[in-house]
Amino acid sequence: MYSRGYKTLVSLPPLLWVGLFLLLPYALMLAHSFWAVREGILVQQWNLDNYAGLFSKPVYLGVLLRTMRIAASVTLCSLLLGYPLAYYLSFHAGARKELLYQLVIVPLWVSYLVRGYAWKTILGSEGVLNGFLQYLHLTHEPVAFLLYSPFAVVLMLTHIYTPFVFLPIYAALEHIPRPLVEASQDLGAGSAQTFLRVILPLSIPGLLAGATFAFVLSLGDFLAPLLVGGASGTMIANIVESLFGAAYDWPLGAAISVCILIITISLLFLSERLEKRWSYK
Amino acid sequence: MSSVAANSLDPASAAPAILLEVRGVAKRFGSRDVLRNISLNIAQGEFLTLLGESGSGKTTLLRLVAGFEEPTAGEIWMSGERLDTLPPYKRRVNTVFQHYALFPHLSVRENVAYGLRVKKTSAMEIGDRVDEALRMVKMQEFAASRPSKLSGGQQQRIALARALVNLPLLLLLDEPLSALDANLRKQMQSELKALQREIGITFLFVTHDQEEAMALSDRIALLRDGALEQVASPREIYAHPATAYTAQFIGQTNLLRGEILDGVARCGALEWPAGGPSGAAIFSLRPEAIRLAGDVVAPPGTARFRAALQQQFFSGANELLEVNCGLGQLVRVRISPHGPLSGEHDFVFSAADAIRVQE
Repeated sequence: MYSRGYKTLVSLPPLLWVGLFLLLPYALMLAHSFWAVREGILVQQWNLDNYAGLFSKPVYLGVLLRTMRIAASVTLCSLLLGYPLAYYLSFHAGARKELLYQLVIVPLWVSYLVRGYAWKTILGSEGVLNGFLQYLHLTHEPVAFLLYSPFAVVLMLTHIYTPFVFLPIYAALEHIPRPLVEASQDLGAGSAQTFLRVILPLSIPGLLAGATFAFVLSLGDFLAPLLVGGASGTMIANIVESLFGAAYDWPLGAAISVCILIITISLLFLSERLEKRWSYK
Repeated sequence: MSSVAANSLDPASAAPAILLEVRGVAKRFGSRDVLRNISLNIAQGEFLTLLGESGSGKTTLLRLVAGFEEPTAGEIWMSGERLDTLPPYKRRVNTVFQHYALFPHLSVRENVAYGLRVKKTSAMEIGDRVDEALRMVKMQEFAASRPSKLSGGQQQRIALARALVNLPLLLLLDEPLSALDANLRKQMQSELKALQREIGITFLFVTHDQEEAMALSDRIALLRDGALEQVASPREIYAHPATAYTAQFIGQTNLLRGEILDGVARCGALEWPAGGPSGAAIFSLRPEAIRLAGDVVAPPGTARFRAALQQQFFSGANELLEVNCGLGQLVRVRISPHGPLSGEHDFVFSAADAIRVQE
């Protein structure tokens, strides 16, 4: 058994870390969201005006809704790409499994910014895609909506978060005992029935985890809209960033952050409940 | 190798219809021959056991019949229909898997109903047949439970019900009792045998446990390194093992490697009358074929030898002796309970019980 002193000693660093870099900032953020800015100066005057403003000014609510719409689109697209990929790798890739797995993981090693700029190069009016479309004579002038649009944001975030969706789904599929698949075939089910009745239900925890990753990470993203979003692709994190920066309205920024935090925590809580409901151990 | 002779069933009874025919099947994984030229028939209603050590290919043969593997050579036929070209879900064959492979996300009832659901059977018929199957394995009261809440023996019964509810022509069982403890195992053996008699479905059973194979089977197919060593009824294979391997694998025996010279077989200190041409020969002499001689003079056709007791193992119903016939030649003798023995004794056995076997 370990002594009391030893236990205290080893638990101190993580406790300090969590306290200093997690709990304290959150407490400060929460406090700021109830304060105000008067004549360009932050005053510690407790009020609810920030929250009232947030829900009364359509611009913030509109961006928040757009952000959720973009996050939902990214989640859906990542699932549509990630699930079939994970299924193929887990059940049908055979000897190429390891190589393909590495190929899915490798993009994670490339900087987020580099991948963002790559999309700028591809989607821009002088970009690769527009050049190609005009070369094929499918279009005669650059297609404008490709870059600086919600579409571009969804495309870039899908590209970035698909591996995050792929990984938990792949792990869940790998954990399905193969005799269950054989048992299903043995009982008369073809591939489609086996997938729908056995594989899909048993992979739902991984699917939920992946979807949660994609949604929550997209919800808080501010680089993709900054790089490829333009005015129509602005997301809530960009608003927060400007409120803490140029606009100098920390209380309102904090209030929006608290709202995002509440949405995120509720989602994590919900997805954990659902994952438990769908796991059989 | 007597597989061909043993394949033809007892000529006295009317030959039952052949259900499954395995014709010259081979299976190769990479450069490894897992099965070599297997030909085997299974009769309608028969309980046939594939017996062998791990790595002998018995499970691979079962998986070929189930459709989870394709043969490298040869064909499998069932009721006049080519089986090995059909996908598993089109074969009228069901499997009881080694670790049951029950669907963890479905209740016991849904597990048993799975095969019928997949085949779009009407809800009413599914209800009736599932009830009947659960009754057959005495698991009605667990219908709503999840498999994870059941004990190994109970999961075993559900796996059986899930397979049998589909009325397969042939039921495959892959070491279904190996995960159970000894007592439960005996009980399940007895229930399995009774069930097979009751429903009359043909069983192809895989096990590495020769006692289990002896207790359950109509016939045993003994596999060794991917080839059939012998196919015969338990009594036949025990009384007349074709090879030294069979004699040693099925029950205990004394393998006597000696020679025949002018109608007399010799192996160390043992000598007994034996027919056949002169030359090297191997005999199998079961321990229970040897008795303590007492004072009676050995009648003709028996052999007598003197040996010193080395070990004595009492097992309740009988005791096993290890005796030294001189020069370190050990022979095992099984006698009815006798009480502690020591020193030298005379033993006798009938020459007819020394069965000549192939290498």
